[in-house]
Amino acid sequence: MTEQRLDATGLQGGYGGADVLHGVDLRVDPGEIVTIIGPNGAGKSTALKALFGLVQVHTGRVAYGDTDITHLMPDRITRLGIGYVPQERNVFVNLTVHENLEMGAYIRNDDISGHLARIYDLFPPLKEKRKEAAGLLSGGQRQMVAMGRALMLDPAVLLLDEPTAGLAPAFVDLIFERVQEINRAGIGILMVEQNARHALEIADRGYVLVNGANAFEDTGANLLANREVAEAFLGG
Amino acid sequence: MLEFVNFYLIPGLVLGSIYALGAIGVSLIFGILRFAHFAHGDMMTLGAYFALPFIVTLGFSPYLALPVAMLGAVAAALLIDRLFYKPLRAQPSIILLVASFGVALMIRAAIQFVWGPHSHVYASGFQMPLVFSGIRVAERHIYIVGLCILLVVALHLFLTRTKTGKAMRALSDDPDLARITGINTERIIAWTWALGAMLAGCAGVFVGMDTHVTTLIGWNMLLPVFAAAILGGIGKPYGAIAGGLVIGLAEEVSAYPVFGNEPLLDPTYKSAVAFAIMVAMLLWRPSGLFRGRVY
Repeated sequence: MTEQRLDATGLQGGYGGADVLHGVDLRVDPGEIVTIIGPNGAGKSTALKALFGLVQVHTGRVAYGDTDITHLMPDRITRLGIGYVPQERNVFVNLTVHENLEMGAYIRNDDISGHLARIYDLFPPLKEKRKEAAGLLSGGQRQMVAMGRALMLDPAVLLLDEPTAGLAPAFVDLIFERVQEINRAGIGILMVEQNARHALEIADRGYVLVNGANAFEDTGANLLANREVAEAFLGG
Repeated sequence: MLEFVNFYLIPGLVLGSIYALGAIGVSLIFGILRFAHFAHGDMMTLGAYFALPFIVTLGFSPYLALPVAMLGAVAAALLIDRLFYKPLRAQPSIILLVASFGVALMIRAAIQFVWGPHSHVYASGFQMPLVFSGIRVAERHIYIVGLCILLVVALHLFLTRTKTGKAMRALSDDPDLARITGINTERIIAWTWALGAMLAGCAGVFVGMDTHVTTLIGWNMLLPVFAAAILGGIGKPYGAIAGGLVIGLAEEVSAYPVFGNEPLLDPTYKSAVAFAIMVAMLLWRPSGLFRGRVY
Protein backbone atom coordinates (compact mmCIF):
# COMPACT_ATOMS: atom_id res chain seq x y z
CA MET A 1 0.00 0.00 0.00
CA THR A 2 1.27 3.46 -0.79
CA GLU A 3 1.66 5.50 2.33
CA GLN A 4 -0.37 8.63 2.53
CA ARG A 5 -1.39 11.09 5.17
CA LEU A 6 -4.61 10.39 7.05
CA ASP A 7 -6.09 13.75 7.89
CA ALA A 8 -9.32 14.56 9.71
CA THR A 9 -10.44 18.15 10.15
CA GLY A 10 -13.30 19.70 12.11
CA LEU A 11 -15.17 16.44 12.76
CA GLN A 12 -18.59 16.85 14.30
CA GLY A 13 -20.95 13.96 14.70
CA GLY A 14 -21.99 10.98 16.77
CA TYR A 15 -24.21 7.93 16.82
CA GLY A 16 -27.43 9.60 15.69
CA GLY A 17 -28.48 11.27 18.96
CA ALA A 18 -26.62 14.21 20.45
CA ASP A 19 -23.19 14.85 18.96
CA VAL A 20 -20.20 13.30 20.70
CA LEU A 21 -17.59 15.07 18.59
CA HIS A 22 -17.60 18.86 18.53
CA GLY A 23 -14.75 19.65 16.18
CA VAL A 24 -11.91 17.14 16.28
CA ASP A 25 -8.75 17.39 14.19
CA LEU A 26 -6.49 14.37 13.85
CA ARG A 27 -3.59 13.62 11.57
CA VAL A 28 -1.34 10.63 10.99
CA ASP A 29 1.64 11.13 8.73
CA PRO A 30 3.13 8.08 7.01
CA GLY A 31 4.98 5.86 9.48
CA GLU A 32 4.06 7.83 12.61
CA ILE A 33 2.79 6.55 15.94
CA VAL A 34 0.08 8.90 17.13
CA THR A 35 -1.89 8.45 20.31
CA ILE A 36 -5.16 9.93 21.51
CA ILE A 37 -5.57 10.31 25.25
CA GLY A 38 -8.10 12.08 27.43
CA PRO A 39 -10.64 11.49 30.18
CA ASN A 40 -13.45 8.95 29.97
CA GLY A 41 -16.25 10.10 27.74
CA ALA A 42 -14.09 12.58 25.85
CA GLY A 43 -14.98 10.92 22.56
CA LYS A 44 -11.61 9.28 21.91
CA SER A 45 -13.01 6.01 20.60
CA THR A 46 -15.75 7.86 18.75
CA ALA A 47 -13.14 10.00 16.99
CA LEU A 48 -11.27 6.88 15.94
CA LYS A 49 -14.48 5.29 14.65
CA ALA A 50 -15.29 8.47 12.74
CA LEU A 51 -12.10 7.99 10.72
CA PHE A 52 -13.29 4.51 9.79
CA GLY A 53 -16.82 5.33 8.71
CA LEU A 54 -18.47 3.89 11.83
CA VAL A 55 -19.87 7.18 13.10
CA GLN A 56 -22.20 9.66 11.42
CA VAL A 57 -20.03 12.66 10.58
CA HIS A 58 -22.14 15.64 9.50
CA THR A 59 -19.50 18.35 9.52
CA GLY A 60 -15.83 18.04 8.78
CA ARG A 61 -13.80 15.92 6.46
CA VAL A 62 -11.63 12.82 6.59
CA ALA A 63 -9.07 12.55 3.82
CA TYR A 64 -6.65 9.78 3.04
CA GLY A 65 -4.08 11.28 0.71
CA ASP A 66 -6.21 12.96 -1.92
CA THR A 67 -9.22 10.71 -1.35
CA ASP A 68 -12.21 11.95 0.63
CA ILE A 69 -13.23 9.00 2.83
CA THR A 70 -15.60 10.87 5.16
CA HIS A 71 -18.71 9.00 4.07
CA LEU A 72 -17.24 5.74 2.80
CA MET A 73 -18.35 2.43 4.29
CA PRO A 74 -15.81 0.59 6.48
CA ASP A 75 -15.21 -2.16 3.94
CA ARG A 76 -14.22 0.42 1.31
CA ILE A 77 -11.89 2.15 3.76
CA THR A 78 -10.31 -1.22 4.58
CA ARG A 79 -9.55 -1.69 0.90
CA LEU A 80 -7.77 1.67 0.74
CA GLY A 81 -5.21 0.50 3.29
CA ILE A 82 -6.59 1.56 6.65
CA GLY A 83 -7.03 -1.18 9.21
CA TYR A 84 -9.20 -0.89 12.32
CA VAL A 85 -9.05 -2.98 15.49
CA PRO A 86 -12.09 -2.53 17.75
CA GLN A 87 -11.66 -2.57 21.51
CA GLU A 88 -14.35 -5.12 22.22
CA ARG A 89 -15.75 -7.94 20.14
CA ASN A 90 -12.67 -7.86 18.00
CA VAL A 91 -12.38 -11.58 17.21
CA PHE A 92 -14.75 -14.18 15.76
CA VAL A 93 -15.15 -16.25 18.91
CA ASN A 94 -16.33 -19.45 17.23
CA LEU A 95 -13.61 -19.44 14.61
CA THR A 96 -10.14 -20.73 15.31
CA VAL A 97 -7.21 -18.34 15.58
CA HIS A 98 -6.06 -19.42 12.14
CA GLU A 99 -9.51 -18.91 10.63
CA ASN A 100 -9.70 -15.46 12.21
CA LEU A 101 -6.50 -14.50 10.44
CA GLU A 102 -7.77 -16.01 7.19
CA MET A 103 -10.93 -13.93 7.48
CA GLY A 104 -8.73 -10.86 7.75
CA ALA A 105 -7.62 -11.65 4.22
CA TYR A 106 -11.16 -12.29 2.98
CA ILE A 107 -10.95 -9.69 0.24
CA ARG A 108 -7.58 -10.96 -1.01
CA ASN A 109 -7.45 -13.72 -3.55
CA ASP A 110 -3.70 -14.25 -3.63
CA ASP A 111 -1.47 -16.51 -1.57
CA ILE A 112 -1.52 -15.45 2.07
CA SER A 113 0.85 -18.03 3.57
CA GLY A 114 3.66 -15.46 3.84
CA HIS A 115 1.41 -13.11 5.77
CA LEU A 116 0.28 -15.85 8.12
CA ALA A 117 3.89 -16.82 8.81
CA ARG A 118 4.83 -13.22 9.54
CA ILE A 119 1.94 -12.77 11.97
CA TYR A 120 2.83 -15.97 13.80
CA ASP A 121 6.40 -14.65 14.04
CA LEU A 122 5.13 -11.37 15.45
CA PHE A 123 2.82 -13.10 17.95
CA PRO A 124 4.35 -16.50 18.80
CA PRO A 125 1.60 -17.46 21.31
CA LEU A 126 -0.89 -17.47 18.44
CA LYS A 127 1.02 -20.16 16.60
CA GLU A 128 0.54 -22.59 19.48
CA LYS A 129 -3.13 -21.74 19.69
CA ARG A 130 -3.81 -21.60 15.97
CA LYS A 131 -6.38 -24.40 16.08
CA GLU A 132 -8.17 -23.15 19.19
CA ALA A 133 -11.39 -21.16 19.07
CA ALA A 134 -10.54 -17.48 19.52
CA GLY A 135 -13.27 -17.23 22.17
CA LEU A 136 -11.18 -19.39 24.49
CA LEU A 137 -8.17 -17.05 24.45
CA SER A 138 -7.18 -14.53 27.11
CA GLY A 139 -7.80 -10.84 26.49
CA GLY A 140 -4.19 -10.23 25.51
CA GLN A 141 -4.17 -13.10 23.05
CA ARG A 142 -7.44 -11.90 21.56
CA GLN A 143 -5.88 -8.50 21.03
CA MET A 144 -3.05 -10.21 19.16
CA VAL A 145 -5.53 -12.08 16.97
CA ALA A 146 -7.40 -8.85 16.29
CA MET A 147 -4.22 -7.00 15.36
CA GLY A 148 -3.06 -9.92 13.26
CA ARG A 149 -6.39 -10.01 11.48
CA ALA A 150 -6.07 -6.33 10.57
CA LEU A 151 -2.48 -6.82 9.39
CA MET A 152 -3.48 -9.47 6.85
CA LEU A 153 -4.38 -6.74 4.37
CA ASP A 154 -1.02 -4.92 4.60
CA PRO A 155 -2.55 -1.71 5.88
CA ALA A 156 -0.58 1.53 5.63
CA VAL A 157 -2.29 2.86 8.76
CA LEU A 158 -3.62 0.87 11.70
CA LEU A 159 -6.29 2.31 14.00
CA LEU A 160 -6.18 0.69 17.46
CA ASP A 161 -8.97 1.30 19.96
CA GLU A 162 -7.55 0.86 23.48
CA PRO A 163 -5.41 -2.15 22.63
CA THR A 164 -4.30 -2.65 26.26
CA ALA A 165 -7.64 -2.08 28.02
CA GLY A 166 -8.22 -4.65 30.73
CA LEU A 167 -4.99 -6.54 30.07
CA ALA A 168 -2.60 -7.89 32.68
CA PRO A 169 0.53 -5.68 33.07
CA ALA A 170 2.76 -8.24 31.35
CA PHE A 171 0.52 -8.16 28.31
CA VAL A 172 0.37 -4.35 28.31
CA ASP A 173 4.13 -4.14 27.84
CA LEU A 174 4.05 -6.86 25.22
CA ILE A 175 1.31 -5.19 23.19
CA PHE A 176 3.10 -1.81 23.28
CA GLU A 177 6.28 -3.55 22.16
CA ARG A 178 4.44 -5.23 19.28
CA VAL A 179 2.85 -1.93 18.27
CA GLN A 180 6.32 -0.44 17.97
CA GLU A 181 7.49 -3.43 15.96
CA ILE A 182 4.54 -3.13 13.57
CA ASN A 183 5.38 0.55 13.24
CA ARG A 184 9.01 -0.25 12.42
CA ALA A 185 7.69 -2.04 9.33
CA GLY A 186 6.51 1.36 8.14
CA ILE A 187 2.87 1.10 9.24
CA GLY A 188 1.37 4.28 10.67
CA ILE A 189 -0.40 3.82 14.02
CA LEU A 190 -3.23 5.83 15.51
CA MET A 191 -4.24 4.50 18.89
CA VAL A 192 -6.61 5.49 21.63
CA GLU A 193 -5.14 4.65 25.03
CA GLN A 194 -6.16 4.76 28.67
CA ASN A 195 -2.63 3.91 29.56
CA ALA A 196 -1.71 7.48 28.68
CA ARG A 197 1.82 7.77 30.02
CA HIS A 198 3.00 4.56 28.43
CA ALA A 199 1.32 5.45 25.13
CA LEU A 200 2.91 8.89 24.99
CA GLU A 201 6.33 7.36 25.66
CA ILE A 202 6.22 5.41 22.42
CA ALA A 203 4.27 7.99 20.39
CA ASP A 204 5.71 10.48 17.91
CA ARG A 205 2.77 12.78 18.55
CA GLY A 206 -0.23 12.85 20.80
CA TYR A 207 -3.64 14.46 21.04
CA VAL A 208 -5.54 15.18 24.22
CA LEU A 209 -9.29 15.20 23.66
CA VAL A 210 -11.66 16.76 26.17
CA ASN A 211 -15.43 16.89 25.71
CA GLY A 212 -15.26 15.89 22.09
CA ALA A 213 -12.73 18.51 21.01
CA ASN A 214 -8.96 18.89 20.77
CA ALA A 215 -7.46 20.27 23.99
CA PHE A 216 -3.73 19.70 23.39
CA GLU A 217 -1.64 18.53 20.50
CA ASP A 218 2.12 18.06 20.61
CA THR A 219 4.92 15.53 20.37
CA GLY A 220 4.70 12.66 22.80
CA ALA A 221 7.71 13.90 24.77
CA ASN A 222 6.38 17.45 25.03
CA LEU A 223 2.97 16.28 26.22
CA LEU A 224 4.65 14.16 28.87
CA ALA A 225 6.63 17.22 29.98
CA ASN A 226 3.61 19.53 29.91
CA ARG A 227 2.60 20.27 33.54
CA GLU A 228 -1.00 20.99 32.71
CA VAL A 229 -1.42 17.74 30.78
CA ALA A 230 0.46 15.77 33.40
CA GLU A 231 -1.67 17.07 36.27
CA ALA A 232 -4.99 16.66 34.53
CA PHE A 233 -4.54 13.51 32.49
CA LEU A 234 -1.49 11.59 33.57
CA GLY A 235 -2.23 11.36 37.27
CA GLY A 236 0.24 14.09 38.33
CA MET B 1 -36.08 -56.33 20.91
CA LEU B 2 -36.19 -56.90 17.14
CA GLU B 3 -39.62 -55.40 17.10
CA PHE B 4 -38.20 -52.29 18.79
CA VAL B 5 -35.40 -52.00 16.22
CA ASN B 6 -37.61 -52.65 13.20
CA PHE B 7 -40.65 -50.58 14.04
CA TYR B 8 -39.35 -47.85 16.33
CA LEU B 9 -35.59 -47.37 16.14
CA ILE B 10 -35.13 -47.51 12.36
CA PRO B 11 -38.15 -45.32 11.51
CA GLY B 12 -36.99 -42.95 14.24
CA LEU B 13 -33.54 -42.67 12.69
CA VAL B 14 -35.04 -42.05 9.25
CA LEU B 15 -37.42 -39.41 10.54
CA GLY B 16 -34.65 -37.89 12.65
CA SER B 17 -32.29 -37.62 9.66
CA ILE B 18 -34.98 -35.83 7.67
CA TYR B 19 -35.71 -33.47 10.58
CA ALA B 20 -31.99 -32.82 10.86
CA LEU B 21 -31.80 -31.63 7.25
CA GLY B 22 -34.58 -29.14 7.90
CA ALA B 23 -33.22 -28.08 11.28
CA ILE B 24 -29.75 -27.37 9.88
CA GLY B 25 -31.33 -24.92 7.43
CA VAL B 26 -33.41 -23.24 10.12
CA SER B 27 -30.33 -22.94 12.32
CA LEU B 28 -28.08 -21.56 9.57
CA ILE B 29 -30.69 -19.02 8.49
CA PHE B 30 -31.24 -17.96 12.08
CA GLY B 31 -27.51 -17.62 12.62
CA ILE B 32 -27.01 -15.35 9.63
CA LEU B 33 -30.33 -13.53 9.19
CA ARG B 34 -31.45 -13.60 12.83
CA PHE B 35 -35.04 -14.64 12.29
CA ALA B 36 -37.04 -17.85 12.59
CA HIS B 37 -37.84 -18.84 9.03
CA PHE B 38 -41.42 -20.08 9.16
CA ALA B 39 -41.54 -20.83 5.44
CA HIS B 40 -38.86 -23.48 5.82
CA GLY B 41 -41.36 -26.34 5.97
CA ASP B 42 -42.99 -25.18 2.78
CA MET B 43 -39.59 -25.02 1.09
CA MET B 44 -39.37 -28.75 1.84
CA THR B 45 -42.80 -29.26 0.28
CA LEU B 46 -41.62 -27.30 -2.73
CA GLY B 47 -38.65 -29.66 -3.14
CA ALA B 48 -40.95 -32.68 -3.01
CA TYR B 49 -43.18 -31.18 -5.70
CA PHE B 50 -40.32 -30.09 -7.96
CA ALA B 51 -39.21 -33.71 -8.07
CA LEU B 52 -42.73 -34.98 -8.79
CA PRO B 53 -42.91 -34.49 -12.59
CA PHE B 54 -39.45 -35.97 -13.05
CA ILE B 55 -40.34 -39.08 -11.09
CA VAL B 56 -43.96 -39.60 -12.11
CA THR B 57 -44.04 -38.27 -15.67
CA LEU B 58 -40.48 -38.83 -16.86
CA GLY B 59 -39.91 -41.96 -14.82
CA PHE B 60 -36.67 -40.85 -13.12
CA SER B 61 -35.65 -42.56 -9.91
CA PRO B 62 -36.24 -40.30 -6.88
CA TYR B 63 -32.49 -40.20 -6.31
CA LEU B 64 -31.87 -38.75 -9.76
CA ALA B 65 -34.63 -36.24 -9.15
CA LEU B 66 -32.87 -35.02 -5.97
CA PRO B 67 -30.61 -32.52 -7.78
CA VAL B 68 -33.66 -31.14 -9.57
CA ALA B 69 -35.49 -30.67 -6.28
CA MET B 70 -32.42 -29.05 -4.75
CA LEU B 71 -31.86 -26.64 -7.64
CA GLY B 72 -35.55 -25.76 -7.78
CA ALA B 73 -35.64 -25.06 -4.05
CA VAL B 74 -32.48 -22.93 -4.28
CA ALA B 75 -33.91 -20.87 -7.12
CA ALA B 76 -37.16 -20.40 -5.23
CA ALA B 77 -35.34 -19.41 -2.02
CA LEU B 78 -33.14 -16.84 -3.77
CA LEU B 79 -36.16 -15.37 -5.55
CA ILE B 80 -38.19 -15.22 -2.33
CA ASP B 81 -35.29 -13.56 -0.52
CA ARG B 82 -34.95 -10.93 -3.24
CA LEU B 83 -38.70 -10.22 -3.34
CA PHE B 84 -39.74 -10.44 0.29
CA TYR B 85 -36.90 -10.65 2.80
CA LYS B 86 -34.26 -8.38 1.30
CA PRO B 87 -36.47 -5.25 1.39
CA LEU B 88 -37.08 -6.00 5.10
CA ARG B 89 -33.44 -6.71 6.00
CA ALA B 90 -33.06 -3.64 8.23
CA GLN B 91 -36.35 -4.28 10.05
CA PRO B 92 -36.66 -5.98 13.46
CA SER B 93 -36.57 -9.75 13.20
CA ILE B 94 -40.23 -10.10 14.25
CA ILE B 95 -41.22 -8.37 10.99
CA LEU B 96 -39.23 -10.92 9.00
CA LEU B 97 -40.75 -13.76 10.98
CA VAL B 98 -44.26 -12.57 10.14
CA ALA B 99 -43.23 -12.06 6.51
CA SER B 100 -41.93 -15.63 6.39
CA PHE B 101 -45.29 -16.83 7.69
CA GLY B 102 -46.91 -15.04 4.73
CA VAL B 103 -44.37 -16.56 2.37
CA ALA B 104 -45.23 -20.00 3.76
CA LEU B 105 -48.90 -19.50 2.91
CA MET B 106 -47.99 -18.21 -0.55
CA ILE B 107 -45.78 -21.19 -1.34
CA ARG B 108 -48.47 -23.60 -0.25
CA ALA B 109 -51.13 -21.79 -2.29
CA ALA B 110 -48.87 -21.75 -5.34
CA ILE B 111 -48.25 -25.49 -4.99
CA GLN B 112 -51.99 -26.16 -4.77
CA PHE B 113 -52.54 -23.97 -7.79
CA VAL B 114 -50.00 -25.82 -9.92
CA TRP B 115 -50.24 -29.40 -8.67
CA GLY B 116 -53.73 -29.47 -7.15
CA PRO B 117 -54.79 -30.09 -3.56
CA HIS B 118 -54.81 -33.90 -3.64
CA SER B 119 -51.93 -36.09 -2.58
CA HIS B 120 -49.44 -37.75 -4.90
CA VAL B 121 -47.12 -40.72 -4.61
CA TYR B 122 -43.71 -41.11 -6.22
CA ALA B 123 -44.04 -44.85 -6.68
CA SER B 124 -46.93 -47.14 -5.84
CA GLY B 125 -46.64 -50.71 -4.82
CA PHE B 126 -44.94 -52.45 -1.94
CA GLN B 127 -41.20 -52.93 -1.73
CA MET B 128 -39.89 -55.94 0.12
CA PRO B 129 -37.64 -54.86 2.97
CA LEU B 130 -34.11 -56.22 3.22
CA VAL B 131 -33.60 -58.63 6.12
CA PHE B 132 -30.35 -58.83 8.11
CA SER B 133 -30.66 -61.54 10.77
CA GLY B 134 -34.12 -60.48 11.77
CA ILE B 135 -33.60 -56.76 11.29
CA ARG B 136 -35.87 -55.63 8.51
CA VAL B 137 -35.05 -52.40 6.80
CA ALA B 138 -36.46 -50.88 3.63
CA GLU B 139 -33.87 -50.16 0.97
CA ARG B 140 -35.02 -46.54 0.70
CA HIS B 141 -34.44 -46.05 4.42
CA ILE B 142 -30.80 -47.06 4.00
CA TYR B 143 -30.44 -44.60 1.14
CA ILE B 144 -32.22 -41.79 2.97
CA VAL B 145 -30.05 -42.10 6.08
CA GLY B 146 -26.92 -42.62 3.95
CA LEU B 147 -27.61 -39.55 1.85
CA CYS B 148 -28.36 -37.48 4.96
CA ILE B 149 -24.97 -38.47 6.38
CA LEU B 150 -23.33 -37.58 3.06
CA LEU B 151 -25.02 -34.18 2.99
CA VAL B 152 -24.01 -33.44 6.58
CA VAL B 153 -20.39 -34.37 5.88
CA ALA B 154 -20.42 -32.18 2.76
CA LEU B 155 -21.86 -29.31 4.78
CA HIS B 156 -19.21 -29.78 7.45
CA LEU B 157 -16.44 -29.64 4.85
CA PHE B 158 -18.00 -26.57 3.30
CA LEU B 159 -18.22 -24.73 6.63
CA THR B 160 -14.72 -25.61 7.78
CA ARG B 161 -12.65 -25.84 4.59
CA THR B 162 -13.93 -23.18 2.20
CA LYS B 163 -13.49 -19.45 2.42
CA THR B 164 -17.22 -18.88 1.91
CA GLY B 165 -18.08 -21.41 4.61
CA LYS B 166 -15.72 -19.79 7.09
CA ALA B 167 -17.10 -16.36 6.22
CA MET B 168 -20.59 -17.75 6.89
CA ARG B 169 -19.54 -18.78 10.38
CA ALA B 170 -17.81 -15.44 10.87
CA LEU B 171 -20.93 -13.53 9.86
CA SER B 172 -23.01 -15.66 12.21
CA ASP B 173 -20.51 -14.91 14.99
CA ASP B 174 -20.38 -11.14 14.69
CA PRO B 175 -22.01 -9.25 11.79
CA ASP B 176 -20.35 -5.91 12.66
CA LEU B 177 -16.87 -7.36 12.78
CA ALA B 178 -17.56 -9.28 9.55
CA ARG B 179 -18.46 -6.03 7.82
CA ILE B 180 -15.32 -4.29 9.11
CA THR B 181 -13.31 -7.22 7.84
CA GLY B 182 -14.72 -6.68 4.36
CA ILE B 183 -16.91 -9.80 4.17
CA ASN B 184 -19.60 -9.32 1.54
CA THR B 185 -22.72 -9.83 3.64
CA GLU B 186 -25.24 -10.13 0.79
CA ARG B 187 -23.15 -12.78 -0.94
CA ILE B 188 -22.97 -14.84 2.23
CA ILE B 189 -26.71 -14.43 2.79
CA ALA B 190 -27.33 -15.81 -0.71
CA TRP B 191 -25.14 -18.80 0.10
CA THR B 192 -27.05 -19.34 3.33
CA TRP B 193 -30.36 -19.47 1.48
CA ALA B 194 -28.89 -21.79 -1.11
CA LEU B 195 -27.61 -24.24 1.51
CA GLY B 196 -30.80 -24.13 3.57
CA ALA B 197 -32.94 -24.64 0.47
CA MET B 198 -30.80 -27.52 -0.83
CA LEU B 199 -31.16 -29.42 2.42
CA ALA B 200 -34.87 -28.56 2.66
CA GLY B 201 -35.45 -29.73 -0.92
CA CYS B 202 -33.79 -33.06 -0.15
CA ALA B 203 -35.77 -33.45 3.04
CA GLY B 204 -38.99 -32.91 1.06
CA VAL B 205 -38.11 -35.58 -1.49
CA PHE B 206 -37.17 -37.98 1.31
CA VAL B 207 -40.56 -37.48 2.98
CA GLY B 208 -42.21 -38.02 -0.40
CA MET B 209 -40.28 -41.26 -0.85
CA ASP B 210 -41.18 -42.49 2.59
CA THR B 211 -44.87 -41.57 2.63
CA HIS B 212 -46.70 -39.50 0.05
CA VAL B 213 -46.57 -35.96 -1.27
CA THR B 214 -49.17 -33.53 0.00
CA THR B 215 -49.19 -29.76 0.31
CA LEU B 216 -48.99 -30.13 4.09
CA ILE B 217 -45.88 -32.30 4.51
CA GLY B 218 -43.63 -29.33 5.14
CA TRP B 219 -46.06 -27.55 7.40
CA ASN B 220 -46.39 -30.68 9.52
CA MET B 221 -42.62 -30.90 9.79
CA LEU B 222 -42.19 -27.30 10.85
CA LEU B 223 -42.81 -27.90 14.56
CA PRO B 224 -40.45 -30.87 14.96
CA VAL B 225 -37.84 -29.09 12.83
CA PHE B 226 -37.96 -26.00 15.04
CA ALA B 227 -37.92 -28.20 18.13
CA ALA B 228 -34.80 -29.88 16.74
CA ALA B 229 -33.12 -26.55 15.99
CA ILE B 230 -33.88 -25.23 19.48
CA LEU B 231 -32.80 -28.48 21.12
CA GLY B 232 -29.47 -28.28 19.32
CA GLY B 233 -29.00 -24.62 20.22
CA ILE B 234 -30.30 -22.27 17.57
CA GLY B 235 -27.59 -20.98 15.23
CA LYS B 236 -25.54 -24.16 15.72
CA PRO B 237 -25.86 -26.36 12.63
CA TYR B 238 -24.12 -29.27 14.32
CA GLY B 239 -26.47 -29.10 17.26
CA ALA B 240 -29.37 -29.16 14.82
CA ILE B 241 -28.24 -32.55 13.55
CA ALA B 242 -28.28 -34.01 17.05
CA GLY B 243 -31.57 -32.23 17.75
CA GLY B 244 -33.17 -33.72 14.65
CA LEU B 245 -32.14 -37.23 15.59
CA VAL B 246 -33.34 -36.84 19.18
CA ILE B 247 -36.74 -35.49 18.12
CA GLY B 248 -37.21 -38.11 15.40
CA LEU B 249 -36.29 -40.96 17.75
CA ALA B 250 -38.36 -39.53 20.60
CA GLU B 251 -41.46 -39.27 18.40
CA GLU B 252 -41.21 -42.85 17.18
CA VAL B 253 -40.05 -44.46 20.40
CA SER B 254 -42.79 -42.70 22.38
CA ALA B 255 -45.25 -45.17 20.82
CA TYR B 256 -43.30 -48.24 21.97
CA PRO B 257 -45.30 -50.48 24.29
CA VAL B 258 -42.93 -50.38 27.24
CA PHE B 259 -45.55 -51.64 29.70
CA GLY B 260 -47.81 -54.42 28.41
CA ASN B 261 -49.30 -54.15 24.97
CA GLU B 262 -50.46 -50.57 24.99
CA PRO B 263 -48.22 -47.97 23.33
CA LEU B 264 -46.50 -45.72 25.86
CA LEU B 265 -48.09 -42.77 24.11
CA ASP B 266 -50.84 -43.05 21.54
CA PRO B 267 -49.21 -42.43 18.09
CA THR B 268 -51.81 -39.72 17.45
CA TYR B 269 -49.93 -37.60 19.97
CA LYS B 270 -46.58 -38.09 18.27
CA SER B 271 -46.18 -34.45 17.31
CA ALA B 272 -46.91 -33.44 20.90
CA VAL B 273 -43.61 -35.10 21.85
CA ALA B 274 -41.63 -32.59 19.78
CA PHE B 275 -43.72 -29.79 21.20
CA ALA B 276 -43.17 -30.96 24.77
CA ILE B 277 -39.40 -31.23 24.22
CA MET B 278 -39.34 -27.75 22.70
CA VAL B 279 -41.29 -26.19 25.57
CA ALA B 280 -39.14 -27.97 28.15
CA MET B 281 -35.96 -26.77 26.46
CA LEU B 282 -37.19 -23.19 26.25
CA LEU B 283 -38.10 -23.26 29.94
CA TRP B 284 -35.03 -24.90 31.39
CA ARG B 285 -32.24 -24.56 28.87
CA PRO B 286 -33.11 -21.99 26.20
CA SER B 287 -29.59 -22.03 24.81
CA GLY B 288 -30.08 -25.66 23.76
CA LEU B 289 -27.92 -28.66 24.46
CA PHE B 290 -24.96 -27.11 22.67
CA ARG B 291 -25.13 -23.53 23.95
CA GLY B 292 -26.53 -21.71 20.96
CA ARG B 293 -27.93 -18.20 20.97
CA VAL B 294 -30.64 -16.91 23.24
CA TYR B 295 -32.76 -14.03 22.07
